[in-house]
Amino acid sequence: MLTAAIVAILVTMFLALIRTFIGPTEYDRMLAANSFGTKTVLLIALGGHALSWNSFLDVALLYALVNFVGTIAVMRFFEYSNASEKRDDPGTAA
Amino acid sequence: MIAVAAILLSDLFAVVMLFGVYSLLTAALFMDLDAVDVAFTEAAVGAGVTTVLMLSSLHLTGRWEALPRRKPLLGLLVIGITGAALVYAVLDAPLLGDPTAPVHQHVTPRYIEQGAEEVGMPNLVTAVLASYRGYDTFGETVVIFTAGLAVLLLLGIHEDARMRPGVSAIGDQVVLRSVVKPLLPLILLFGLYVQFHGDFGAGGGFQAGVIFATAFVLYDLVFGDGSARAVVPSGWLHRLAALGVLIYGGVGVYSLLAGKAFLDYSALAADPVHGQHLGVLLVELGVGIAVFSVVLLIFYAFSGRSRRR
Amino acid sequence: MTVILEWLSGLCLLLGGALCISGGVGLLRMPDFFSRVHASGVTETLAAPLLLSGLLLQMELSLDSVKVIMIMILVLATNPTATHAMAKATLHGGQHPLESANGKDRGGDGSSKP
Repeated sequence: MLTAAIVAILVTMFLALIRTFIGPTEYDRMLAANSFGTKTVLLIALGGHALSWNSFLDVALLYALVNFVGTIAVMRFFEYSNASEKRDDPGTAA
Repeated sequence: MIAVAAILLSDLFAVVMLFGVYSLLTAALFMDLDAVDVAFTEAAVGAGVTTVLMLSSLHLTGRWEALPRRKPLLGLLVIGITGAALVYAVLDAPLLGDPTAPVHQHVTPRYIEQGAEEVGMPNLVTAVLASYRGYDTFGETVVIFTAGLAVLLLLGIHEDARMRPGVSAIGDQVVLRSVVKPLLPLILLFGLYVQFHGDFGAGGGFQAGVIFATAFVLYDLVFGDGSARAVVPSGWLHRLAALGVLIYGGVGVYSLLAGKAFLDYSALAADPVHGQHLGVLLVELGVGIAVFSVVLLIFYAFSGRSRRR
Repeated sequence: MTVILEWLSGLCLLLGGALCISGGVGLLRMPDFFSRVHASGVTETLAAPLLLSGLLLQMELSLDSVKVIMIMILVLATNPTATHAMAKATLHGGQHPLESANGKDRGGDGSSKP
């Protein structure tokens, strides 16, 4: 059953990778990359248990964090050139 | 396959995403080869910090790859010759895990058999990194420090007058702020755990430094430009980076002054194994501080500049 | 007792895997960015705790189980936030959701349909 779940995750990662290649807008690619990252966290967690890797949960925890920071970074640096440089007012209230 | 796609696409934004994916697959490969510390560092640095830094430099240079002005035939020739030489050399190399390979013959059996008693920690990677090969790690720390120095010399840290610390570039994001705010202390706690747990599991100074820097980068991304600068001013970071290298070198000099070799940890305490523990702790602390300040420094240098129109 | 745990764990893993694949298929086949975000975000945020609890039931209680719970909490907290932030950024960037079934937009700047 564990192997079935790991195969399912691998298939999903492949599908997300296809979307990264063909996504017509950048937003699609960003979404697919975030999805790929989340699936990788699950893959490391499940695969590490199945293959008895050493300290795999630390890597999975770290990668969940890194995936989140990467997605936020993509949005910030991608939207910044469109949004914030055109604004004159201090922006909406926080 | 991912590497080929990364070369063929001219949309550099997509290339950065693909690089993140590639580095992630490399980390998984390292895990499969049972090299957990390397996979840890690869995931932290390659998929996290490098993606953020490349995106911030893309923001400065522009998104589309400029067409080359002439065909780079000389470059192709050089790469072809170098690649062929590398492949020829690899064909002669011993297979992975071959017990008669030279790398497994000389010092490695001693590390594996006596490492646990001599250094006294279960994680052999940290033992080799910090104690047996302490000179190399000192060199690596100085290299990281030099990289930060080079970025400072080339780019400098600008306090852009147009930056408003309270205003985030992605607009008014209540959800993001309320989720990230309690997350940040947990990330810092995880960084501390990785730093001090390096003796037993995967971890150590390099990974912990990157995790610490990631927390501050996240704060800066979500809460507005320059907000991390208000918390950790760049003046501090210069001194922290130097402090990291100094701690490492200081341990070495102390053992010199105590009458033994440079970075010989048994000079630090009465019991040699206790001295090893103390030495590795201090050394990893120095590495962590140096990596953290240099990564954050590079991030400040890149993100502080806006595109000159 | 262990038989129940094994069955429960297998059920969780099966459900989680099926949800994962359905999310991946939705990511590929949905016509519009916003429907893709909905598909992948919702299914992933449900599949991850299911898969991780399946894993948790198969491990002995130790520090590792606490770490699995931490990963679960982290994914549950950050995945919906990232989905929300992405959808908001896309809307801010000028994409509109697809309005009608035959692909015609109501007349905005452009939909994100390929």
